[in-house]
Amino acid sequence: MINNAIIFVAVAMILTAVSYLLDREKTKAGLKKGLQMFKGIAVPFLNILILVSLVLYFVPPDFIAKYLGRNSGIWGFVIPAVIGSITLIPGFISYPIAAVLIRQGASYTTVATFMTTLMMVGIVTLPLEAKYFGFRVAVIRNTLNFFAAIVIGLLVGLCY
Amino acid sequence: MKISFTQNKKYIWLAAFVTATIISYLFDFNPGRKVFANFTQFFIEMISFIPFLFIIVGLFDVWFPKEEIEKHIGESSGLKGMLLVIILAMLQAGPLYGAFPVAYILYKKGASIKNIFIYLGAFASLKIPMLGIEIGYLGVKFTMIRTLTSLPLFVGIGYLLEWYLRDKRFKVYEI
Repeated sequence: MINNAIIFVAVAMILTAVSYLLDREKTKAGLKKGLQMFKGIAVPFLNILILVSLVLYFVPPDFIAKYLGRNSGIWGFVIPAVIGSITLIPGFISYPIAAVLIRQGASYTTVATFMTTLMMVGIVTLPLEAKYFGFRVAVIRNTLNFFAAIVIGLLVGLCY
Repeated sequence: MKISFTQNKKYIWLAAFVTATIISYLFDFNPGRKVFANFTQFFIEMISFIPFLFIIVGLFDVWFPKEEIEKHIGESSGLKGMLLVIILAMLQAGPLYGAFPVAYILYKKGASIKNIFIYLGAFASLKIPMLGIEIGYLGVKFTMIRTLTSLPLFVGIGYLLEWYLRDKRFKVYEI
């Protein structure tokens, strides 16, 4: 995790330096914008970290490993795919959850399936989507993406 | 201080958590300490890269304005058109339902059916801020594999839907 942080710090510093040399005003505007976005998510992010810390204390790791782990079989697809399709969790919140799941013994297949359905399939937002594209097209798009998510989960799982 | 907390509901959970943690430490309540230890670990993890990610995203935002790319969507076709909608999607942020109004704009500007759905696919899975968070939490390898397997699939879905809708008078409605 610390190695990852170094990548982000380095990229941010290099980009800021290059940007500053090219255009000072633009750089200031960009940094301001970035900090504003960070401020916007900071509190919801902290809230979710509190929630994850609590859940992690109460849910035993073997429970996660059993239902979402490597040998969870069909449930390792069904549970994440269904939860991911139904719930409406913002991406930045779902990633810390995914990281915890993996640390607690969930498989990469499970996590990839969960993340992909979360991103691409939206049952709650289906009525809204239907208003834009028509009901039939919205249902077809979600169905295709649901199966694509399972394929993605399988392929990701093959690589680990 | 107390008044500002009750006025600002946003901070209620944070305040409750801080209070509970202080009480746990005062009375040697072990579960409370363990939860706080979990939290500390998550907090360090988060603060070590998320602010830097947003600096990167902010700079992208000023150097590659979305409106500039949107302008050229309708006129470019073929591979260039497809690349353009993918890049436009990558620069966005937010949940998928935020992409539907943009899909309408693309439709109005004359984007093909295929590209409208490729835009939705790229929006869902290739947004730069999300990729950053994904790399931070799940690693470069996971992110690479997931994006490289997603890309051909949502491009395929775009082609499939265009083929299916070719003579069905498809349109995107404005809400």
